[in-house]
Amino acid sequence: MKTAKKNTSVFVQMYQLMKKIRITEEAIANRYSQWKMRCPTHLCSGQEAVAAAVGTILRKDDFVVSMHRAHGHYLGKGGNLKKMLAEIHGKAGGCSGGKGGSMHLTDKSVNFMGSTAIVGGTIPIGVGLGLSIKLGKSNQVSVVFLGDGATEEGVFYESVNFAAVKKLPVLFICENNLYSVYSPLSVRQPVGRKISEMVNSIGIESEHGDGNNAGEVYDKIRRAVDAIRKDGLPRFLEFATYRWREHCGPNFDNDIGYRTEEEFESWKRRDPIVLFEEKLLTDKAISKKMIEKIEADIQKEVDEAFDYAASSDFPADADAFDGLYKN
Amino acid sequence: MTTFAEAITDGYTQAMEMDKSVICFGLGIDDPKGIFGTTLGLKEKFGEERVFDVPTSENALTGIGIGASLNGIRPVMSHQRLDFFLLAMDQLVNNAAKWHYMFGSQSSVPITIRLIVGRGWGQGPTHSQNLQAWFAHVPGLKVVMPSMAADAKGLLLSSIFDDNPVVFIEHRWLHNLKGDVPAGDYRVPIGKAQRLRKGSDISIVAFSYMTIEALHAIEVLEKQGISCDLIDLRSISPIDWEMIFESVKKTGRLIALDTGPEICSVAGEIVAQVSMECFDVLKQAPQRLALPQFPTPTSLALTKVFYKKAEDIIELAGKMLEKDIDLKSFQRSKDFLHDVPGDWFKGPF
Repeated sequence: MKTAKKNTSVFVQMYQLMKKIRITEEAIANRYSQWKMRCPTHLCSGQEAVAAAVGTILRKDDFVVSMHRAHGHYLGKGGNLKKMLAEIHGKAGGCSGGKGGSMHLTDKSVNFMGSTAIVGGTIPIGVGLGLSIKLGKSNQVSVVFLGDGATEEGVFYESVNFAAVKKLPVLFICENNLYSVYSPLSVRQPVGRKISEMVNSIGIESEHGDGNNAGEVYDKIRRAVDAIRKDGLPRFLEFATYRWREHCGPNFDNDIGYRTEEEFESWKRRDPIVLFEEKLLTDKAISKKMIEKIEADIQKEVDEAFDYAASSDFPADADAFDGLYKN
Repeated sequence: MTTFAEAITDGYTQAMEMDKSVICFGLGIDDPKGIFGTTLGLKEKFGEERVFDVPTSENALTGIGIGASLNGIRPVMSHQRLDFFLLAMDQLVNNAAKWHYMFGSQSSVPITIRLIVGRGWGQGPTHSQNLQAWFAHVPGLKVVMPSMAADAKGLLLSSIFDDNPVVFIEHRWLHNLKGDVPAGDYRVPIGKAQRLRKGSDISIVAFSYMTIEALHAIEVLEKQGISCDLIDLRSISPIDWEMIFESVKKTGRLIALDTGPEICSVAGEIVAQVSMECFDVLKQAPQRLALPQFPTPTSLALTKVFYKKAEDIIELAGKMLEKDIDLKSFQRSKDFLHDVPGDWFKGPF
């Protein structure tokens, strides 16, 4: 029971992060039609547990790289919310100076090294960060976020193989949300084959978990990170989860015919935040009053961040022609 | 005198002695042949942590180099043929070239990628491609193509210590070329050309192996009263426009040489820029000599008509200056066939 108590405060911290990600994503969805956020934006509502667990468990000096659907990973790692929203608004004060948008986020103050838009594109980057950790003999961990679609890219196999053969401290985390844009897993990978089992056979210890069960997600990631710090070997985790909104943009899209309303509803009933909230209430780790306070605080923080983004300046014209090279 | 290949080894050694963050990897980097002799002895000297062989995974290895470079490592990657590196265009173009710009100048990617271009002995369509124009076309990359041994060392050191991604292209026929190479931390600035011959009638702009053909051509042309300005570009991105324009403003004539196919070539870009910048002083339409717009054939017979050589430069210069050139004075060595650079090259690659 001691561990359960010890986990209580980190679970509340993780819950807060999940709420922060959800409230931010839903606020973006609600305001997207104001046409102020003019870049492709991939929301992660419904997938918060994995991002929040990683952020709760990692140290500030651990590295994270991510992909197009990166808001949660960025915020989880402790990335600056104001700068992220300013970036999505194309403002000079954005985390990438307005050059990157939603798909190219970075916050070096917390070692969120970068998210990029080409599927699988940052997988080798994270492995290279792992190589630099090994060369520098530190005990940092490099975390690579990827989706199920990225496991179909050649670079995924090349990178996993290299991490295995060179024994690098890399944690690959695959959020399997069943769809690559609108293409279901069934047309992309053989039915019955598990991504985690396939990776295991490449030579990396792998596990599969329920990505909407926050406690389970926390435990699996905690064990993997601790193991990597101890032996320096790579690990792979696959979590089943589901994106609520359309692939890219603010809307729900169950009406367009690539997935069913029933499927969506069945996942929504397993909302990772609601499930976690119920658990924390049952465990008396949290009270209804605390939840209200958490929600209000986050809502205020998000509103302030939107005000900051809206009132910030656009970059100067000359910025378009600056920064080609580092001088 | 040092060979071009030894100058590369010298550059590596210098860089790795000066800075512990320099590492190098590539398929076969520590094998008995050591990438055409350019990496021999490095593993013995600097250890297997800093010099290591890799899986045949060009794209991931490029990304891995990028990732390591984001945390203070300066990786030097090598590919025995440029053609295989095409598998890594995603990491090069989408990540390496963009990282500094798209993240608001907060991080940069100090990587060096050595690519070797093959020629002759039947290297054919997929072992002899000169695709420098692709790399020069991409904003954010630097591209160098040395032709002299000293520049090979000086540019390698500058590339390794540049904070940006540099594509370092070596022509296989240059590896045995000898020259004086300064000792120590010798650097040649990226983006600066070198005038190898001073003349007043015609400007010849060349790089990589075509500089050697130009030197042979100029020997003949000078004897017959045509005075040539020869610019060895050394870097093709950024390019030393100032030296090119200054030369053309003096001579009024241009021949741009290229080792690659002519359409959208570096030579084509030079002709375009010179036409725009020096139009008033041009005495004739600027010319380019580059490869035909075809894949490279393999057969000994077909490569004879495929490549451009000193004779073609001589003929074109003579035509531009309306002089009958006596080509008989130009004698190539009879000791070896046209598909090798000299009797030192016995293939197979």
